[in-house]
Amino acid sequence: MELNGKVPSGSIEKKWENHRFEMKLVNPANKRKYDVIVVGSGLAGASAAASLGELGYNVKCFFFQDSARRAHSIAAQGGINAAKNYQNDGDSVYRLFYDTVKGGDFRAREANVHRLAEVSLNIIDQCVAQGVPFAREYGGLLDNRSFGGAQVSRTFYARGQTGQQLLIGAYQALERQVAVGTVELFPRTEMLDVVIVDGHAKGIVVRDLVTGKIHSFAAHAVVLATGGYANVFYLSTNAKGCNVTATWRAHKRGAAFANPCFTQIHPTCIPQAGEYQSKLTLMSESLRNDGRIWVPQRVGDTRQAKDIPENERDYYLERFYPSFGNLAPRDVASRRAKEAVDEGRGVGEGSGGVYLDFRDAIDRLGQQVIAERYGNLFDMYQQITGENPYEVPMRIYPAPHYTMGGLWVDYNLMSTIPGLHVIGEANFSDHGANRLGASALMQGLADGYFVLPYTIADYLAQTEGSPVTTDHPAFQQTEREVAERIQRLVDVNGTRSVDSFHRDLGKLMWNQCGMARNASGLQDALEKIPEMREQFWSDVRVTGSGEELNQELEKAGRVADFFEFGELMCRDALERDESCGGHFREEHQTDEGEARRDDERFAYVAAWEFTGVGNTPIPHKEPLEFEYVHLAQRSYK
Amino acid sequence: MRRVLQLYRSSVGKKAVMGVTGLMFFGYVAGHLAGNLKIYLGAEHFNAYAEFLREIGAPALGHSWFLWAFRIVLLAALLLHVTAAIQLWLMARSARPTNYRRPVHLEDSYVSRTMRWGGVVILIFILYHLMNLTWGTAHSDFIPGDAYHNLVTAFQSLAVSAAYIVAVIVVGFHLYHGIWSSLQTLGVNQEHHDRWRRTSAVIATVIVLGNISIPVSVLTGIVQ
Amino acid sequence: MQITLNVWRQASSMAPGRFERYVAKNVSEHMSFLEMLDVVNQGLIEQNKDPIHFEHDCREGICGSCGMVINGVPHGPKPAITACQLHMRSFSDGDELWLEPWRAKAFPVIKDLVVDRNALDRIIEAGGYISARSGSAPDANAIPIPKETADTAMDAAACIGCGACVAACPNASAMLFTSAKVAHLSKLPQGQPERRRRVLNMVEQMESEGFGYCTNHGACQTACPKEISIDFIAYLNRELLGATLVG
Ligand SMILES: Cc1cc2nc3c(=O)[nH]c(=O)nc-3n(C[C@H](O)[C@H](O)[C@H](O)COP(=O)(O)OP(=O)(O)OC[C@H]3O[C@@H](n4cnc5c(N)ncnc54)[C@H](O)[C@@H]3O)c2cc1C
Ligand code: HEM
Ligand code: HEM
Ligand code: SF4
Ligand code: F3S
Ligand code: FES
Repeated sequence: MELNGKVPSGSIEKKWENHRFEMKLVNPANKRKYDVIVVGSGLAGASAAASLGELGYNVKCFFFQDSARRAHSIAAQGGINAAKNYQNDGDSVYRLFYDTVKGGDFRAREANVHRLAEVSLNIIDQCVAQGVPFAREYGGLLDNRSFGGAQVSRTFYARGQTGQQLLIGAYQALERQVAVGTVELFPRTEMLDVVIVDGHAKGIVVRDLVTGKIHSFAAHAVVLATGGYANVFYLSTNAKGCNVTATWRAHKRGAAFANPCFTQIHPTCIPQAGEYQSKLTLMSESLRNDGRIWVPQRVGDTRQAKDIPENERDYYLERFYPSFGNLAPRDVASRRAKEAVDEGRGVGEGSGGVYLDFRDAIDRLGQQVIAERYGNLFDMYQQITGENPYEVPMRIYPAPHYTMGGLWVDYNLMSTIPGLHVIGEANFSDHGANRLGASALMQGLADGYFVLPYTIADYLAQTEGSPVTTDHPAFQQTEREVAERIQRLVDVNGTRSVDSFHRDLGKLMWNQCGMARNASGLQDALEKIPEMREQFWSDVRVTGSGEELNQELEKAGRVADFFEFGELMCRDALERDESCGGHFREEHQTDEGEARRDDERFAYVAAWEFTGVGNTPIPHKEPLEFEYVHLAQRSYK
Repeated sequence: MRRVLQLYRSSVGKKAVMGVTGLMFFGYVAGHLAGNLKIYLGAEHFNAYAEFLREIGAPALGHSWFLWAFRIVLLAALLLHVTAAIQLWLMARSARPTNYRRPVHLEDSYVSRTMRWGGVVILIFILYHLMNLTWGTAHSDFIPGDAYHNLVTAFQSLAVSAAYIVAVIVVGFHLYHGIWSSLQTLGVNQEHHDRWRRTSAVIATVIVLGNISIPVSVLTGIVQ
Repeated sequence: MQITLNVWRQASSMAPGRFERYVAKNVSEHMSFLEMLDVVNQGLIEQNKDPIHFEHDCREGICGSCGMVINGVPHGPKPAITACQLHMRSFSDGDELWLEPWRAKAFPVIKDLVVDRNALDRIIEAGGYISARSGSAPDANAIPIPKETADTAMDAAACIGCGACVAACPNASAMLFTSAKVAHLSKLPQGQPERRRRVLNMVEQMESEGFGYCTNHGACQTACPKEISIDFIAYLNRELLGATLVG
């Protein structure tokens, strides 16, 4: 396997422009002769499918929800970054580029990141033109806020529903193409495999979730926009349906999986309340602007918050990071919370949280100001926990939130399988080892509206529009394999539910490959996962049959893939014997407990090649060079 | 005309027709109340008024022309109102073939749900009312041309009065929801629909109380 | 606490449905409503029975997937939230609940509590968009939009397409959903060129899907988890009358 990033030459500002000029074009009259399959209708998939449809391609768009508008992107609350510099506070394309490379702890490709920063400008224009109701100032111009510790205000937002509004914009553009006839939608349809013909991705095999029918579709190119895999931890802030299935199956067909161990943990989520917990809810990070984080100083202190006097409270972030205080970066804040809980100083149900206390802010600003700023979030918290955060401090704990890793792609967003393109959270992306707040939405839309529609032409133009049909034996072969796997799942007829296995895997991954990792823990996980996987395949119980709407079967297929994928994730975490961004190896930290990178040995993208379930995968390395942003250690002291 | 027909094809159009005709009825009922209240001025005034109605437009138009034109418009409006009501009703029924085990009663007030049956009651009442006071076919002592007499003698029967009172209350409910609803249908309530709700409540109450006062006054002997 | 559930079970759109009775024991008040159903399903799987199918994804009230009628009320007894945001502390020990799918001709049942809501997508397809080709947009600040207008558009745009309005409406009308989209787009300057066509086509599509008509009951607004106001229905009505009569 060869990793050719295909980064264009020239100065960083000119790379994308030059590349667009140099790429091959598809003649407008010929576009309708090209079929493109897009899997996923999130920000990345919907924007790509709509834009490709506008260009005249024949697009088929697949997703497992009942409507394209329900893709997981809908849940993003905070906002979307763009280097518009509308606030005149010194922002620029270069600054956004710089912040993203640095924030990603120098594990992303510079050229991609610069392109992302460039097209961020167009995204906002595009969305406003579609009618996305971004927040505005009284003068009628767009409002911005500073997000996730950024030094400039470059985040655009629509109340607490930015992802929803952006997705609805893309979804509407998509429906418009459906009306015109360039895009066909396939709701409640799950992609279960990629079909490879002569080394190229030429189609997919899907299961109709309502009838259970397995069938396949052929196309000149396939685009995966299937989102992230944080649900490998079972409990995460992701929607219940988020999965690794599409990318994992592509990986098994030859697409390299890059940096799977790069996962992001969000520091402000509501802690788990019980064993039955099905997902975790994120509370906006903006809460840290006014809330103070603390735990009792004494281990095992079970007094109520109000009974713990000031001098027995440990405001640990303020103590460790006097200048950043409670606004320390996500990964740092998360790890410190874990430390406190591991020491036995956690609070609330199962001592599994830390306090986020607004008492001082309420004293200083008044309850009304706090209600204006955070009213919605406070209500949401109260509704979930039954506690009133105006009176008792909130309890928070970190939770898996976003996955930087994904299928490896070159500058054209094409994976190591020719014709298979990957966009949005599903690719290994532009965020390196850590993503900045409000940059995922930006990346999904950049890929879908402004990058892929151009770069895919470069591939399509080379295929000469040769017709593809599902008559090729590769299609029947792949369909058969998919059907067999489903039958195997139904036939196990064991004793334990799918969820119970998923929970066990999640716990193991969280403990050994979560916020902090170390060699022995990872080795332990690498031993246990294959055993658990075996147990799963011999003892899982999938009720019902494959020929109907069967949610247990859907889950079983996804969990089976997580069992294979989890192993790769731990292996990647073990091999990357350094700490960087969201990947924290306990062996590699400064005296202050900060992540310590090892640029000498690890300034590369790890792209794994599949060699069979249970076999050791082959690591490939794409070296990373930093010509513009100079390698430096992060410090938040 | 083509546009009006096109509009009528849509449910919003049918609703608009109900709204417009409904508002016409409201105008009629309001005017009718003003006329009815002349009962307190005595037989002469009241009968003169009834006569006056027949003479509007005369001599240019001739005796009762205006009244007939008016009746025809009202009758046509009633036909439209009722036809649209039936068409929409059928549409609603087919939109929910299986009902809930315990049907939902959220904000939809009791009043809004009784619009259809209220309408039927009103229709029956109007028929009876015409037979009673206009044609005299349902009146024990009907004297053509002496509206005052006909009215007072009719209301001296407790049963007749009670029927009128009930009917007027039903009309009031129909109007309470109807006035607000037609403004909503015609898109007048752009914002603050609640304010309009209060306005229609006040109007409906005035109409109900005004009309009820008449049989009550007859029964208590204030009007003889 | 212990909750008795009567759940609508229907194997497929063709099969007849009926209520089945389940008892959920040891329900914690901290559980979400859907987690309580997860636990019931866990029990069913242990007995080798088909678990209750219900739609869900985000479980935080934003994707619009979940939806069921709980004791006659879409999304359950608490206002302004979705079924997935409902917690068991809103119920008491010994409660008996009836769970039904959204019922409307335009929403055929697929299985149990899962219905097909693609009719709503087709209403959007008929005109619920602003045509803006990727890459052709003017600068985002080129057209200032008064904050009030932007805020009203946002109020309308908050709709999550869950269909509770249809479920609640005595006429099974999709007017609240449709009007929210018409208002979101037609109030904005960007939405003006397609304003007339939009409202005409969307209403026509709504009717051809078999939804009922709106008689201004207002139940939709009460059931709506996003508190979309029926003011938007008045707005749609005016838009439609204007578009048909004035052109
Ligand atoms: C709670 C939360 C808040 C967030 N807030 C922010 C924020 O404020 N700012 C920000 O920038 N980012 C935020 N993020 C991150 C961001 O929302 C996501 O990274 C981004 O939306 C992912 O978009 P996507 O298009 O790549 O994938 P998704 O939106 O996840 O879409 C995946 C699509 O793929 C389909 N799919 C998946 N698998 C299959 C399959 N096998 N077959 C068929 N279809 C399939 C699904 O149906 C879906 O349509 C947040 C994330 C979470 C969890
Ligand atoms: C004095 C007579 C009447 C008056 C003043 C009147 C007035 C109104 C008004 C103002 C409306 C509101 C229309 C809208 O929402 O746009 C209405 C609705 C209605 N009317 Fe009447 N109406 C009268 C008689 C009738 C009759 C005789 C019937 C039927 C037999 C009837 C049936 C209805 C129905 C069913 C509605 C509800 C429409 C709906 O919301 O579905 N009405 N009426
Ligand atoms: C207590 C209340 C009412 C009184 C005292 C009353 C009285 C009268 C009288 C005296 C007439 C005869 C007029 C004439 O022929 O010269 C009349 C006619 C009529 N009334 Fe009423 N009325 C009352 C309520 C109503 C209501 C509520 C309605 C409608 C819903 C109504 C509708 C009519 C109509 C349609 C006519 C016939 C008008 C015509 O001649 O064309 N009335 N009423
Ligand atoms: S208007 Fe409200 S109830 Fe109707 S679909 Fe939208 S969010 Fe759901
Ligand atoms: S409940 Fe139904 S009748 Fe109209 S106001 Fe709402 S759609
Ligand atoms: S599951 Fe998404 S709104 Fe309830």
